[in-house]
Amino acid sequence: MKLSKLSAPTLLLLPAFIVLAVFIVLPLMFSLYSSFTPFRLTKPDTLWVFIGFRNYVNVLTNAEFWVAFGRTVLLLTIALNAEMLLGLGLALLVNKATRGQRILRTAMMFPMMFSPVLVGFQFKFLFNDNIGFVNNALQSLGLTDRAIPWLIDGNLALFSIIVAEVWSSTAVFAILILAGLLAMPKDPVEAAHVDGCTPWQTFRYVTWPYLMPFAFIAMTIRSLDVARAYDIVKIMTDGGPAKRTELLWTLVGRTAYGDARMGLANAMAYVAILLSIVFTVYFFRKLAAARQQIGAEW
Amino acid sequence: MAPVTLRKLVKRYGALEVVHGIDLEVKDREFIALVGPSGCGKSTTLRMIAGLEEVSGGAIEIGGRKVNDLPPRARNISMVFQSYALYPHMTVAENMGFSLKIAGRSADEIKTRVDEAAAILDLGHLLERRPSQLSGGQRQRVAMGRAIVRQPDVFLFDEPLSNLDAKLRTQVRTEIKKLHARMQATMIYVTHDQVEAMTLSDRIVIMRDGHIEQVGTPEDVFRRPATKFVAGFIGSPPMNMEEAVLTDGKLAFTTGASLPVPPRFRSSLREGQKVTFGLRPDDIYPSGHGLHAGDADAVHELELPVTITEPLGNETLVFTQFNGRDWVSRMLNPRPLRSGEKMRMSLDLSRAHIFDGETGKALAG
Ligand SMILES: Nc1ncnc2c1ncn2[C@@H]1O[C@H](COP(=O)(O)OP(=O)(O)OP(=O)(O)O)[C@@H](O)[C@H]1O
Ligand SMILES: [Mg+2]
Repeated sequence: MKLSKLSAPTLLLLPAFIVLAVFIVLPLMFSLYSSFTPFRLTKPDTLWVFIGFRNYVNVLTNAEFWVAFGRTVLLLTIALNAEMLLGLGLALLVNKATRGQRILRTAMMFPMMFSPVLVGFQFKFLFNDNIGFVNNALQSLGLTDRAIPWLIDGNLALFSIIVAEVWSSTAVFAILILAGLLAMPKDPVEAAHVDGCTPWQTFRYVTWPYLMPFAFIAMTIRSLDVARAYDIVKIMTDGGPAKRTELLWTLVGRTAYGDARMGLANAMAYVAILLSIVFTVYFFRKLAAARQQIGAEW
Repeated sequence: MAPVTLRKLVKRYGALEVVHGIDLEVKDREFIALVGPSGCGKSTTLRMIAGLEEVSGGAIEIGGRKVNDLPPRARNISMVFQSYALYPHMTVAENMGFSLKIAGRSADEIKTRVDEAAAILDLGHLLERRPSQLSGGQRQRVAMGRAIVRQPDVFLFDEPLSNLDAKLRTQVRTEIKKLHARMQATMIYVTHDQVEAMTLSDRIVIMRDGHIEQVGTPEDVFRRPATKFVAGFIGSPPMNMEEAVLTDGKLAFTTGASLPVPPRFRSSLREGQKVTFGLRPDDIYPSGHGLHAGDADAVHELELPVTITEPLGNETLVFTQFNGRDWVSRMLNPRPLRSGEKMRMSLDLSRAHIFDGETGKALAG
């Protein structure tokens, strides 16, 4: 078939398709294929051995995987809820500010400007049990006299990671919810005041239902994000101590590059992606329902 | 019992004062209309009564109790907003029952009262819909229903009909009038539509630039406007007005034309006094085509050329040239007129208004 026989639109779109195919579709298919092989980086030949679903069976029967899976879900749940509450509070406060709102809005986005790797290093330093700011502060205030092992105790380490996550990403919620607040019509709120609502009731029955879609948009975005929470964990604890902060993605990374078991790692990754998709679909549903509830026209 | 009293009520936005110390007594169960041109402070005043806007000075009393510092929820009022302000995420029934739910009433009571209000407003078949699934007129009725269900002491309306088409407006206007008769509550109604104000209210308050110009019954403000502004604002088409100086016992207009001084004012006007002469379109008519009520010797006849006509069916608005301007007159039992045709016009001077040239205040005659 000669090129000249193709229609102009096809011809014009072809480069885009080729680029997409080479850089996205092919690697994706290759990784999917490799998840059905015992491929090890150190033994290239293994790439051609087809073992069906054995990797997947391994993954799904692997206790370590399920622990990391559960921990990821736990981290997601705590982090997203904390971020939503804090973001909501922040947005409400900024919305109340009568002057300097622009500056506050900009300041609010500050944490988003830092690379997660930097945030990881920063919090690793803050939570360091010897020289860290947190312990120093607590000791100076006389709240404790011993060095709390923030990054060494398993539970505390997970907590520290969540703090770092929340610090870096609360802004996503704050900004989207603030956008909702700014776009919200004032009349229904006034009607609620007249109808006898206290400020809290006004928020609960009128403002919050209106903001819900915005919170769900933030949730959707963040659920994609946290599910790839790799950088901060990698820097702060690298899944340690003794795998007590191992999340799906650090586990995948370690299996792929540490143990060089590419095939198995890819199988894990696909299971994890499934988790992401489930979260996203769930929040999308919620978003659609909430939007319909307020009769949104967007 | 809920009379509403405003005492020296002031509203300032920063350094800008928009309501300048107004006094008003609204009696219990009275229907009061606040009218005035755009930006004169009607909504601001209403919102202060509702508690949605802080009072900068003076006092508001509802039912004899000073409410300046009470939040809206403590005032037992209902408000119907121009934009309806329905809760988008609630059904019609939930919207209407919301205030009762907040007040902690039982589900049974809420249902009874919502159904009652829905029956009055013919909303029964819409109760399960959401506001986004309603037409403008239906939303308007829901907003009204929400106000009724509360059984408040005072109803506040802020231009509730301005988003409706002309036909629906007439319909809902009648509904509101019936509602007032049935509810026995005090109602304060903001509008810039003088027909609404005239047809609905017991008394009309005419506002201008944050002041009250006149308070009176529809009859009062139409027949006895206190100022030139009120005279021009109330009545459609508006009153014909022209500046004049009393010269040689006659009203001399700037272009040289003149009219005799209306009998009522003969003793009170001084020579050389500057005044504004006003006559409603109803009181000028082609001779033989008017509702003549005054005494015959107060009718002044003139030969005037017709410029244009606006036939309205049972009557025609005739524009005639006098003193270099078009004067509107109302012709009953009309016959076709040609423009340019000379008509014999009757001016019923017993109905004329004369305002002070400087202050614009009506002169007593
Ligand atoms: N938040 C505000 N800040 C400053 N000035 C305001 C504010 N709200 C209203 N005003 C001014 O107060 C004046 C009265 O406004 P108001 O809304 O009461 O007018 P209105 O009589 O209801 O007019 P309309 O018929 O157009 O609704 C206007 O001149 C307006 O510009
Ligand atoms: Mg207004």
